[in-house]
Amino acid sequence: MMFDISRRKATRDVLALGAAAIALSFTTGASAQQSVKIGAIYPLSGNSASAGNYEKMAMEMGADIINNGNAELAKVLPLAKGGGLPGLKGAKIQMVFADNQGTPAAGQSQALRLITEEKVAALIGSYQSGITLTTSAVAEKYGIPFVNPESVAANLTERGFKWFFRVTPVAADFAKAYSAFLKEQIAAGQKVNSIALVHENTEYGNSVASVIADAFAKDGLKVTMKVAYSANSTDVQPQVLQLKEKNPDVAIFVSYTADAILYAKTMKELNWKPAILIADDGGFNDPAFVKAMGSVTEGLISRSVFAPGKAGSVAAICDALYKKKTNGDGLDDVSARALQAFFVLADAINRAGSTDPAKIRDALKATDIKPDQLVAGYDGVKFDAKGQNILASTLVTQIRKGQYVSVWPKARATDPLILPYKGW
Amino acid sequence: MSILQPVLQVLTSAAFWQVVVGGLMLGAVYALFSSGLTLIWGMMNVVNFAHGDFVMLGMYTAVVVWTALGGGPWASVPIAAIAIATLGVISYFLLVRHILRGPMLAQILGTFGLALFLRYGALWAFGANFKTLPDDLVGHSFVLAGLRFEGARVLAGTMGLVVTILLHVILTRTSVGSRMLAVSEDETAAQLMGIRPQRMQALAWALAGASTGIAGALIAMFFYTSPTVGETLAIVAFVTVALGGFGSVLGALVAGMLIGLVESLSAFLIGPVWKDVIVYVLFVLVLWLRPQGLMGKT
Repeated sequence: MMFDISRRKATRDVLALGAAAIALSFTTGASAQQSVKIGAIYPLSGNSASAGNYEKMAMEMGADIINNGNAELAKVLPLAKGGGLPGLKGAKIQMVFADNQGTPAAGQSQALRLITEEKVAALIGSYQSGITLTTSAVAEKYGIPFVNPESVAANLTERGFKWFFRVTPVAADFAKAYSAFLKEQIAAGQKVNSIALVHENTEYGNSVASVIADAFAKDGLKVTMKVAYSANSTDVQPQVLQLKEKNPDVAIFVSYTADAILYAKTMKELNWKPAILIADDGGFNDPAFVKAMGSVTEGLISRSVFAPGKAGSVAAICDALYKKKTNGDGLDDVSARALQAFFVLADAINRAGSTDPAKIRDALKATDIKPDQLVAGYDGVKFDAKGQNILASTLVTQIRKGQYVSVWPKARATDPLILPYKGW
Repeated sequence: MSILQPVLQVLTSAAFWQVVVGGLMLGAVYALFSSGLTLIWGMMNVVNFAHGDFVMLGMYTAVVVWTALGGGPWASVPIAAIAIATLGVISYFLLVRHILRGPMLAQILGTFGLALFLRYGALWAFGANFKTLPDDLVGHSFVLAGLRFEGARVLAGTMGLVVTILLHVILTRTSVGSRMLAVSEDETAAQLMGIRPQRMQALAWALAGASTGIAGALIAMFFYTSPTVGETLAIVAFVTVALGGFGSVLGALVAGMLIGLVESLSAFLIGPVWKDVIVYVLFVLVLWLRPQGLMGKT
């Protein structure tokens, strides 16, 4: 390091060299405090830029909390006392963001750049499962810890990677939740004889749809219709008309934001709504979607790992801080997972007491965070040998007057479930 | 008889005709936002890679007109036409006029640079978030002969047809059009006849900009608006223009309607993931048989 000289030597220099060296003492004084670089690879342009930018803001906020502190949060979260990471003598966290442009190739080259040129201690990313696939492979090759907050494709943890840690619940957890949820509705007298599965056809949509189909088949729920489509479509009228013709009791969508908006608009245009409309998170939970389409999707069911919860909790305080940062948008399913994963990584680096990648990886392996320390609604954070958080779980939510509220499971619901789907 | 049965069943279903009507209306809008691209090519052999981003700015104009002034398409369409026409003229005088003198590569990179500039300018000015307009700006949807029509789409489809045909008439049936075509055929000869080539080329950029702005303002009513939406739309525009024949506005109209229809029908009858495959197979077939496009000149 260029300015890696001790403060005492700097002081001696000042005495010896006089006024000319005062400027130098300022620079050395500032850099004597070491910093930890964390690289984050996200879609900051392209079709998912909106979600990517919300995640970026969440992690910037997380870094700000650790570097500069927050008195209220410090009561429940030890790392929020301010003054950087205590395990590294108060080293500040420096986030380095890179744009994956929505393509696996761009993600890959950005990962390479962050590791070899920016020399980051760890990587975090990359929203789209297909891109996480390539970015984490680069990290694996270079032996850099990779923390994934939100990609749900099942195969990500099946690659035998040693440096990959996934904090989010995965498709199988969600599928189990939907299945249990629907069976509860059948028991309550709701008709669920036909289910349509509508999904975008990249890694994310394909894998989530097949996991849902498998889980449902095991539980005796009938998927009668599958519609795969491209998320870059300029028009979804034909798909909505196919659905209207078959008119299934339940429709489940796996979509990104742009296509979610088109579906919501087109379903209203062509006047079709199923009794139960489930949107598997993704685009339907993007604040931009909720803001734009919330008024025509009343009663839409989704999942979320985030609900603000009671006052004074980590979740509630972070939600309020985030609203301040974004001028009004609260934490949502995606941004809460990003913030959560950031805290998991920061906690590990702090316990590692070093920026050495191997030590950070060992600390990640030993992670054991209790639910009351979490932003997201998980049962805790603890990784298995594959790097999957085994305590990850989810809530089922419903849009009520342009806002998601949690409605299932009953123990954690804030509002009652209302069926059938109302729409507009 | 037994083979005809399923075919008849499809032909008599309301959903099928809804798909046909929807596809044709979408096609008219494709035609409209492609006509500006084909016009610029026809006039000066320049491929405007910033075309999709012109559409995007037309869409943002509609969003701004609605959020700041509360105005619907009756206000946003003329405002977008003027705004994007102005942008076209400015682009011509500050950029295109100069790169025309350079090699082909300079033209490609020049307009491509303009595209990136506009896209990231929009990202800076409007943010990455998706914006949408309220869906009842043009009245509610109505049912006619068993088919549902959405006000915004009917307006966009009709305007698409009218404006594209109008553009064709201006180019082929007026003296201004003749002068513009003269410049495109032989600049020096046109100059000798007392026509000012730069003025005509600037006019072409203004016309292309206006039609593109109108298209953007109309699409914004039933589509989402984001800084990168131009990328998605530009692909359709390039395919439409190549299929219709570079430089032919009427070709863009026919090709746009054809693509809209084929896309919708193949998505409905075969499956959404197949629609691009079928459109591009058709595209390759047509260009194989007629490299100049459906209505292009050899």
